[in-house]
Amino acid sequence: MSHDLAIVGAGPAGMAAAIEAAALGLSVAVLDEQPAPGGQVFRAVEAASGDPALAGEFLDSGGALAARFRAARGIDYRPRTTLWHLDPDAGLLSVASAGATAEIEARRVLLATGAQERPVPIPGWTLPGVMSAGAAQILLKTAGAVPEGSVVIAGQGPLCWLLAVQLLRAGVERLTLLETGAGGALRDALRAGGLWTGRRLLTKGIALMRETRARGLTVVRNVRDLRAEGDGRVSTVRWRQGGREQVLPCDTLLLHEGVIPSTHITRALGLDHDWDDLQLCWRPRLDAWGATSHPNLAVAGDGGGIGGWEAAAAGGRLAALDAALRLGRLDAAARDARAAEPRRAQRAALALRPFLDRLYRPAAGILAPADDTVVCRCEEITAGQIRGAARLGAAGPNQVKAYLRAGMGPCQGRMCGTVVAGLIAETRGASMETVGALRPRAPFKPMTVGELANGRPDAMPELTA
Amino acid sequence: MFRRRPEARPAPGDRLVEVFVAGRPVRVPEGASAAAAVLLAGLPAIRTTPVGRAPRLPYCMIGACFDCLAEIDGVANRQSCLVPVAPGMRIEPQRGARAARIEDAA
Repeated sequence: MSHDLAIVGAGPAGMAAAIEAAALGLSVAVLDEQPAPGGQVFRAVEAASGDPALAGEFLDSGGALAARFRAARGIDYRPRTTLWHLDPDAGLLSVASAGATAEIEARRVLLATGAQERPVPIPGWTLPGVMSAGAAQILLKTAGAVPEGSVVIAGQGPLCWLLAVQLLRAGVERLTLLETGAGGALRDALRAGGLWTGRRLLTKGIALMRETRARGLTVVRNVRDLRAEGDGRVSTVRWRQGGREQVLPCDTLLLHEGVIPSTHITRALGLDHDWDDLQLCWRPRLDAWGATSHPNLAVAGDGGGIGGWEAAAAGGRLAALDAALRLGRLDAAARDARAAEPRRAQRAALALRPFLDRLYRPAAGILAPADDTVVCRCEEITAGQIRGAARLGAAGPNQVKAYLRAGMGPCQGRMCGTVVAGLIAETRGASMETVGALRPRAPFKPMTVGELANGRPDAMPELTA
Repeated sequence: MFRRRPEARPAPGDRLVEVFVAGRPVRVPEGASAAAAVLLAGLPAIRTTPVGRAPRLPYCMIGACFDCLAEIDGVANRQSCLVPVAPGMRIEPQRGARAARIEDAA
């Protein structure tokens, strides 16, 4: 079955792109790993609609976008469908769904695969009971569930405050926020400007902080040298503050140091990427419409650089307009005229970014942790081992992978890739661009031989030797 | 060590799904993942690592970390955070590397 546009991911960028493209008369397929639309930011927004802990932007804006996506005509929406291979030259997407594989043909492909939380390699982060802040939020969104006992959120970024508010509203009684931000970050951030244009987002953030105060959140600032300790499960969090060692009993530790684009698929496709020295992450090289270095492929949303859901939705619409131009549905003048509004929305949504990126810039230890810290969770490789390999001559993460197996486990480097590169850069005094990135390969997600064998013959391409 | 909030999520009987985590019945909201069931069941670990036999529980819940790998309805190495619960689903911990078994091919 052939489509004009295949969109991978049903978050804000994917949903907005699909609505726009379908309205322009393109035939659109949307594939998504999740059972319902929303992406991670609006995950399970339909099912969570009655939960007072999630009231506000999540239920209002997320619910409205998901409803518009559901109501739009001309979208072939395929939930619970995983992309495991993509041939952009042939316009062929290989997907797995319900234990079988199939092929989808599309003249153009938009990757709206979003972001992941930046891995936070601290001593003890592999212990049960330690998870990412976003993981706890997913549990709240999808199951209405909250952690019990002494709960600690540690790190920095808007999500820490949002999650704190949501957990307090949801009845978590013993909650502490350990803020890792650097002392001078606010001064630096204020110089970035954008506060007036971004005042709506700023007001939203300040309201969250006020609500945490009103609800009695304990906040500890200037936290350094964070570590999780426990026998078989986290029981204690330790840190230094102003040179003094501090300890807190902890049943669940939720780590967060911002989010980074998920570049697994864009890297596997060999697209051009740039190191973003402000957001400390790789991002695929895109033009103003989200077009990548491959002529048939675009990227929209946080997968192309972190901007938040409003920028993602605007970017999705722009990518859809550009697809309509490239597929002959719009001329350039019509595309540009229709782009004015999403372009304005995108600018407004991104205005506060320079401020936020500076305010919540991760400390150096996040990309280059202490020697005893596990970096590759799958193969249990420490920072010290990676530094050792770099000293022996490994010049990039693909070589470290060959030396140590770091990045060779089931996650295929999604968790350790950037940190491995950061450690090599530090050890060898090289730039991140010189060190480079892991080159993942298809299948993008592991699959069983049974799934591969269970292809739908009508949808399979001709096999050649 | 997670708990549901039935007061905030009034779930009539048909909206809860009963699954079995390490053989024990657990009722979880429809649409939640097998990994959520593991956490609600209070299991100490969903797997031990192939390298150091270290215990793990789900870390990211979005399909990136692969720490939630579990045996679900007899199929090992599934990302339990990406598998929605279904009535009667059997979620089993896996220990170390899984052995290749001839019956897997069936």
